[in-house]
Amino acid sequence: MAVLIDRNTKVLCQGLTGGQGTFHTTQAIEYGTKMVGGVTPGKGGTTHLELPVFNTMAEAVEVTGADASVIYVPAAFCKDSILEAANSGVKLIVAITEGIPTLDMLEAKIRCDELGVRLVGPNCPGVITPGECKIGIMPGQIHLPGKVGIVSRSGTLTYEAVKQTTDAGFGQSTCVGIGGDPIPGTNFIDVLELFQNDPKTEAIVMIGEIGGTAEEEAAAFIKANVTKPVVSYIAGVTAPKGKRMGHAGAIISGGTGTADEKFEALEDAGVKTVRSLAEIGSAMAEITGW
Amino acid sequence: MNLHEYQGKQLFAEYGLPVSTGYACDTPEETVAAVKKIGGDMWVVKAQVHAGGRGKAGGVKLIKSADEAKAFAQQWLGKNLVTYQTDANGQPVTKILVESCTDIADELYLGAVVDRSSRRIVFMASTEGGVEIEKVAHETPEKILRAEIDPLVGAQPYQARELAFKMGLQGVQIKQFTKIFLGLAKLFVEKDLALIEINPLVIKEDGDLHCLDAKLGVDGNALYRHKDLQAMEDPSQEDAREAEAAKWDLNYVALDGNIGCMVNGAGLAMGTMDIVALHGGFPANFLDVGGGATKERVAHAFKLILSDENVKAVLVNIFGGIVRCDMIAHGIVDAVKEVGVKVPVVVRLEGTNSELGKKVLDESGLDIIAAESLTDAAVQAVKAAGN
Repeated sequence: MAVLIDRNTKVLCQGLTGGQGTFHTTQAIEYGTKMVGGVTPGKGGTTHLELPVFNTMAEAVEVTGADASVIYVPAAFCKDSILEAANSGVKLIVAITEGIPTLDMLEAKIRCDELGVRLVGPNCPGVITPGECKIGIMPGQIHLPGKVGIVSRSGTLTYEAVKQTTDAGFGQSTCVGIGGDPIPGTNFIDVLELFQNDPKTEAIVMIGEIGGTAEEEAAAFIKANVTKPVVSYIAGVTAPKGKRMGHAGAIISGGTGTADEKFEALEDAGVKTVRSLAEIGSAMAEITGW
Repeated sequence: MNLHEYQGKQLFAEYGLPVSTGYACDTPEETVAAVKKIGGDMWVVKAQVHAGGRGKAGGVKLIKSADEAKAFAQQWLGKNLVTYQTDANGQPVTKILVESCTDIADELYLGAVVDRSSRRIVFMASTEGGVEIEKVAHETPEKILRAEIDPLVGAQPYQARELAFKMGLQGVQIKQFTKIFLGLAKLFVEKDLALIEINPLVIKEDGDLHCLDAKLGVDGNALYRHKDLQAMEDPSQEDAREAEAAKWDLNYVALDGNIGCMVNGAGLAMGTMDIVALHGGFPANFLDVGGGATKERVAHAFKLILSDENVKAVLVNIFGGIVRCDMIAHGIVDAVKEVGVKVPVVVRLEGTNSELGKKVLDESGLDIIAAESLTDAAVQAVKAAGN
């Protein structure tokens, strides 16, 4: 299988009956994702998009045997939803919601770790194993089942990498959007390790951006543990210091977190870096000989 | 969101931290009244702006009379203070903080941030106070002491004692430091802060610890649950266009270049700036219209970009996922018609309904340059801007 999700993954949606939940669940079903139900407190017992709606995650998991949950609830309620999911028995939580307070995430992340539950996001496009399962808001049609694993902090930059690897005919094993927040549930290293161990993934694209040191830490991990070819792009070479560039986590503070430092660390780890995001596909062809 | 020093000190006082008696004044007359209320024969007047480096820029002064306070206020109120942390225009001064004077024997540093790597609130303390802490961290990292806060149990007194003893504090100072440390930790968590800095935390001549400055940043995502902090927002400290953008849920950051950029997604918006620069151009802004962009938002984004008179060309880069390219195209056409765009507009549409979007642009009869690829878009925009 690819990583995290495949054609057998049974998925619940928290916030199913809301606007976002309805729209993206419809798309997920069209893509072939095995959606098995949703949770909206107070609407238990009804059906929505022909799926059963439950009042609680515990009940939903008990009845459906779901493996994963995707969260579209508003930011103010997201910590509660993550904790409810983490205690319900699902092994994967994908939080799409943007704007969750950082301190909420510190607590939610600890609980997920303690319970052995994988949290992806928040503020992310989600996870897709092309042709099998789509959990999140990415446009399914640009993907192609294939051999490149993609991990990224940014949604639309992931789509660029997806398009380029699709156009080149390489396709993707799994694409994981880890999200643009300072405290992501899953980080680069977690996903790099999954890709390294996944037989279907033959090469990796890693897309980072300014802010924090996650890319530097990933570079050290790659140097020590990753034998598959890696192409990397870092957004924000031109970003001014001290300004938050859209994502809560994209800020150069105190002179650290610059794109140049990240490029340098990755190059030092033997990663093929590109300065133009239009060159991800061609760089992949170059280092793999495909 | 950043707070002013006087606002930070109000919060410090609420949490039992030692701060000077002070008054934030809107007029020169108020500074005179403040000096009289505080009493004594020496005071400090401090211009309130969201930037460090005020002392060297002349925004902080020791004064010995009410007349000097008044003169300082007259000099700064309504003016802009330029420091090494501001841009060339500086930040407007709308309040002057008048404080009692503190005698200083030594200067320490105490701060806290959310550390991404350890996923903890981390306190940093140093005996090297009163200087740029980034410089200390770079040149003498061993002089910065750290304490990680466990989110489930919170800050503990032993952590404060460890820092205090390592910094060479003694006797009653240990207790004072512990109280400051625990108060700050409580403040950080209860108010959803992103950053807190006391630089310097001074040792007075009588040996007592005292918070001489206060720099606080609030997690913008958590503002919804802090009405008191919302009231502290000072729009005068924000770039006018950035403030206008925020009203429309647009992420906008002004830059120095001449190619206006409109992009969906924060990462792609940065990537677009980078590719413009890579081809010899200069981006005029970062602008993310967001995943849920509507026609109206696109039109507002366009107006915002064009309100910057340095803009000589506009580059629109849209990767339609959830956002449909035809909808974006209609937004562009409406905006171009409404605003009367006089600069070249280069558009690259990719993804959902991109062909439909290109058709909308073609049929609009407007002078829009359709780009074939991302690289082509950047090259065309740079050319159009005359770089």
